Amino acid sequence: MPQYGSGLFVSIAHLIRGLFGGTTVTADVVMTVINSLIIWALIALAALSLILLERKVAGWMQLRTGPNRLGPRGWFQTVADAMKLLGKEDIFPAAADKWVFGLAPMFVIGLSVMVMAVIPYGKGMVPVDLNVGIFYLLAVSALTTIPFFMAGWGSNNKFALLGGMRAVAQMISYEIPLVFSLLGVVMITQTFKMSAIVNAQSHVWFILLQPLGFVVYTIAATAETNRAPFDLVEGESELTAGAFTEYTGMRWALFFLGEYANLFIVSAVAATVFLGGWQGPFLPGWIWFAIKVLFMVFLFLWFRWTFPRLRVDQLMHFGWKVLLPLSVANILLTGVGIYIYQLIYPAIGG
Amino acid sequence: MEVDKEKELREAEEMVKKNIILTTVDTALNWARGHSFWPVTFGLACCAIEMMAAGASRYDLSRFGYEVFRPSPRQADVMIVAGTITRKMAPAVRRIYDQMPEPKWVIAMGSCANGGGPFVDSYAVVPGADAFLPVDVYIPGCPPRPESLIYGLLQLKQKVQNPAKVRLSRHGK
Repeated sequence: MPQYGSGLFVSIAHLIRGLFGGTTVTADVVMTVINSLIIWALIALAALSLILLERKVAGWMQLRTGPNRLGPRGWFQTVADAMKLLGKEDIFPAAADKWVFGLAPMFVIGLSVMVMAVIPYGKGMVPVDLNVGIFYLLAVSALTTIPFFMAGWGSNNKFALLGGMRAVAQMISYEIPLVFSLLGVVMITQTFKMSAIVNAQSHVWFILLQPLGFVVYTIAATAETNRAPFDLVEGESELTAGAFTEYTGMRWALFFLGEYANLFIVSAVAATVFLGGWQGPFLPGWIWFAIKVLFMVFLFLWFRWTFPRLRVDQLMHFGWKVLLPLSVANILLTGVGIYIYQLIYPAIGG
Repeated sequence: MEVDKEKELREAEEMVKKNIILTTVDTALNWARGHSFWPVTFGLACCAIEMMAAGASRYDLSRFGYEVFRPSPRQADVMIVAGTITRKMAPAVRRIYDQMPEPKWVIAMGSCANGGGPFVDSYAVVPGADAFLPVDVYIPGCPPRPESLIYGLLQLKQKVQNPAKVRLSRHGK
């Protein structure tokens, strides 16, 4: 099906590249700088708008109005919040491990930027189209565990340490079903490249071929982003604010930013791998991508404001005894499916 | 010697006041602060129930952007002292206040936090939060209705956004 206006950003990129001599090193450097700036801007924009969206959706689900005083319909609420956080006192607890405590929030946001570099935002709109794209993405996003533990350890606070421990236990347990759920798609497409995975979905989205994989991915991704019902890392009722207990002002805001950047990333990966990425009729590819990402984000918000929080042991049981076998079964089913497909159509596939 | 130093300080303060960039930044920050009070999740008695009601659907504190109750005092701006402060609890309340980062404000909600309330004669009750905390806004009532709390928060917003108007003469400014 035709798409109109898909090439807008690609043409702009070509134009800028042309200004610096096409394929020279200068052009590459300029494009890299521009791309990374765009990703930073995207993270800031995504975080600000997603936090507002979260509060609005929460209001909607609880029969409230949500923020509506500041700006049109309250759209500038998060701007005020961000400005206020900039102006807050920066407290370093006396007993904290200064380096670990200070570096943790920066690592969170840095890892998010690294992951966002390989996401295909539209046709030909991948900042870095690695041939191990999805592998790189999973590997880097698995590192997100470490800043959480750094925050918990560096704060030298018992609540923070418990929160950090929970982060490690939870995120590593759910990393396995997450990776396995994406493996089915990789088996079908025979590639790790993100753009190739999107291209393979021009006829059918992988959510139809991999429904189980999608369900497992969505649940595991909710746990990976530490969102309710898996928000044990900062379970207020028992751990104050978990790993973030000692963080103030901008340092804490960086964690918050990273959290919403991660929400954007898992939604973008779901859109890319299961919902056909930028594929879709008529509208430009990047608009299709945005629509799909917003749909996934809404799904995660819906989860958060619907389900109560799990207990730690329930969380672990669910991860290891339900999700892991399901994701392994998904791989088995996919393998059998591919085998049968190849028996019927020997010329195609594999 | 002391007088000279004080004079110098006063002059410096005047210079700071006239500095356009600083005052503009201050105005912008005060505007932002007034629109995003994040209270500590913390209640002492029945007033806390009204505070929760203010956050729930009917009264909906979130319209003003004040619904973000932070569990950790490190991320909070406002302390709503909602309820009777017993002598045993007072050190803990003070500690929570001390853990909050500047700038921070205190709202005394209800008669007990204002001045001890019906328990003012008790040997176990602190007669009002201002005995050990710098209270910014007093909300009367036993307990105050959620509307009163919202009104109190909006009064605090006025106070934060117009620092020049609320400066008291006895503070020497």
